[in-house]
Amino acid sequence: MAKKLMKGCEAVAEAAIQAGCHFFFGYPITPQNDIPEYMAARLPKVGGCFLQAESEVAAINMVYGAAASGARVMTSSSSPGVSLKQEGMSYLAGAELPCVVVNMVRGGPGLGSIQPSQGDYFQATRGGGHGDYHPIVLAPSSVQEAVDMMQDAFDLADVYRTPVMILADGIIGQMMEPVEFHESTSKRELPKKDWAATGWSPASGRPRAVVNSLYIEVDELQEMNDRLQARYKIIRETEAKAETYNTDGAEIIVCAYGTVARICKSAIAICEKKGVKVGLVRPITVWPFPEKQLKEVMDQPSVKKAITVEISAGQMVEDVRLTVNGAKPVEFFGKPGSYTPTAEEIAEYIMKSREA
Amino acid sequence: MQTVFKKTPVLTDAILHYCPGCGHGIVHRLVAEVIEELGIQDRTVAYVPVGCAVFGYKYFNVDSVEAAHGRAPAAATGTKRTDPNRVVFTYQGDGDLASIGAAEIVHAAHRGEKITTIFINNAIYGMTGGQMAPTTLVGQKTTTSPYGRDENHCGKPIRIAEMLATIEGSAYIERVAVNTPANIVKAKKAIKNAFECQLAGKGFSLVEVLSNCPTNWGMSPVESMEWLEKNMIPYYPLGVKKDITKEV
Amino acid sequence: MLWTNIFAGFGGQGVLLIGQLLAYAGMYEDKNVSWLPSYGPEMRGGTANCSVVVSDEPIASPVLSMADCVIAMNTPSLDKFESCVNPGGKLFINSSIIEKKATRTDIEVFYVPCNEIAEQLGNPKVANMAMLGAYLEATKAAKTESVLDALLYKLGEKKAHLIPLNREAIEKGAESIKK
Repeated sequence: MAKKLMKGCEAVAEAAIQAGCHFFFGYPITPQNDIPEYMAARLPKVGGCFLQAESEVAAINMVYGAAASGARVMTSSSSPGVSLKQEGMSYLAGAELPCVVVNMVRGGPGLGSIQPSQGDYFQATRGGGHGDYHPIVLAPSSVQEAVDMMQDAFDLADVYRTPVMILADGIIGQMMEPVEFHESTSKRELPKKDWAATGWSPASGRPRAVVNSLYIEVDELQEMNDRLQARYKIIRETEAKAETYNTDGAEIIVCAYGTVARICKSAIAICEKKGVKVGLVRPITVWPFPEKQLKEVMDQPSVKKAITVEISAGQMVEDVRLTVNGAKPVEFFGKPGSYTPTAEEIAEYIMKSREA
Repeated sequence: MQTVFKKTPVLTDAILHYCPGCGHGIVHRLVAEVIEELGIQDRTVAYVPVGCAVFGYKYFNVDSVEAAHGRAPAAATGTKRTDPNRVVFTYQGDGDLASIGAAEIVHAAHRGEKITTIFINNAIYGMTGGQMAPTTLVGQKTTTSPYGRDENHCGKPIRIAEMLATIEGSAYIERVAVNTPANIVKAKKAIKNAFECQLAGKGFSLVEVLSNCPTNWGMSPVESMEWLEKNMIPYYPLGVKKDITKEV
Repeated sequence: MLWTNIFAGFGGQGVLLIGQLLAYAGMYEDKNVSWLPSYGPEMRGGTANCSVVVSDEPIASPVLSMADCVIAMNTPSLDKFESCVNPGGKLFINSSIIEKKATRTDIEVFYVPCNEIAEQLGNPKVANMAMLGAYLEATKAAKTESVLDALLYKLGEKKAHLIPLNREAIEKGAESIKK
């Protein structure tokens, strides 16, 4: 198929449709409006349904209902809107419902800005709502990668019966890059959704469906939580993904995700010219965090330290520190809000840090 | 032996957890009987609330979904929109619907969402222990209005049926009560009308059911029914507030 | 080959469009491309801009703080972005409405009378295409034909009659900087 030049938001929407998602419930917020707009135009043409909800709270609950009835469904928003969705995210996790939520992160806290940011890392990877849960969180760093991960995002959601979040930023959403849509086919064996509330009678040949996150008895709630944790264990062991770049024999390892990881690649080139070998570990899944991949790279004798670069006050750096576990120094470079560091600034920090 | 009464199969055999004399049990039965009579059990999905009816999924013998507090109309929308052939109803109390879920119910009506809502108004939060609801009457004592509801402090009670009837997307809105056998018969008819409205694809339908809460009102069941008659019905007049189903 | 570019001007001058056309053209020529618009507050003060990268290699950062080429269609854009040209890079100034001269001496500067060219062609809207013509001439970052293919895609067949005019604008812009 020929390449198309597409905005990240539109490409994500198209990829979702091609992955079989025919239902979208959302609410306008910058910088992700191209997603609901694209869905509003396209879904009626494929026999699906786009609905603009009265709020992000309603939108995520519509997603909850559609998922409860077994549909492939998604919503998208940006940081303040995603905060509003956290109630629903917790219920989706508790009721073990699959769905995809896209967060085109903008600066915060509060109304913040509409510029790119990575300040929602904690919210995304730690669960965000109440209770012991994690969504699976995928962090694309190009429009093509965002497109390529949509099919698997829905498949992961179905296999593990969990919400999956695409954690991107305004740059990924607003940038145009060439994309290729490959025939979207599932690489996983998808379980039957025989738990879905679709209508039942004693003749239905299955138990009556009850979609629920209420377990009033201590033992029952424990059982549900054990089930979730057992699933999370499998996810941690099998689904963590990272890109490693230029890491062989590197002196310093930069750890960054999303757009920032690409800026780091430019910074690495600048350092290379100055004779300093810097490698990059780019988590593609930020939950589960790719501990094994990072640890392997950090264990190389040539590596002296890690530097985490983020558009935040330092969030993912905590996962990097937990992974490195004191074996080597871990530094942080970045600013909170929505200041995107330049390649030159990152390179300068790396060079200075090396001398220190 | 001749069978003179049979429980509807649309209620499970689970024992209701409601307090003695509570109206929820009556309304559960009415809804279940209507579903049976309309022959729609196999395509009905129930949305139950957070509140006293939180365990509704144990009683309604249909596929059921537990929604977050107040969000049932939004979640029900998700189920309805993914397959319009389904019959979807929400069962909500006054805290759930009239307070925290006010936006969701208004916009479900506004969209003309083809769902049915059974709204239990007993003028109090039951499950959490008798706090003031938006529907608590002026002067009524609750645990959070211990000196009686003061309208200057927190306004006068909200009339949901009348409010929703003003919304274009509403197709059938009626207020009923379950305090007397005659009213219970009328309530069942209203519930049936509401489901038929959904089946005909006319738009949003809601039945507000005035019910009692002997426990939190601090009354015997009989006293509570009398209190309902004397205090609630004058403020919340019964009757059809909107019906476009008869229009050609 | 790697060209990093910032296209800047005020809203309505079509800077986002010519940036996009360059990205499309690069894609048609099997290069790696990215087009990143400024959005939100950056548009205040009369400037809209986009960062465009065209490269044989996969693109590392699509976010540019410095660029090989800066295209300034109005004075605020020149003020904002002159310092962002890489040493040895190229600065394109719309001399029809920018009265200032560049202050940098370590870069190559092209003065393109975009609006005059467009007016001579009878359509003030193609000033941006004249600028793009000058850019293509100086950089050879993409072929004129690829750019026109991209324009046809954007315009649609119904507006295909506008292609010759745009071709002319590109050519005149290119001529204007030939020594």
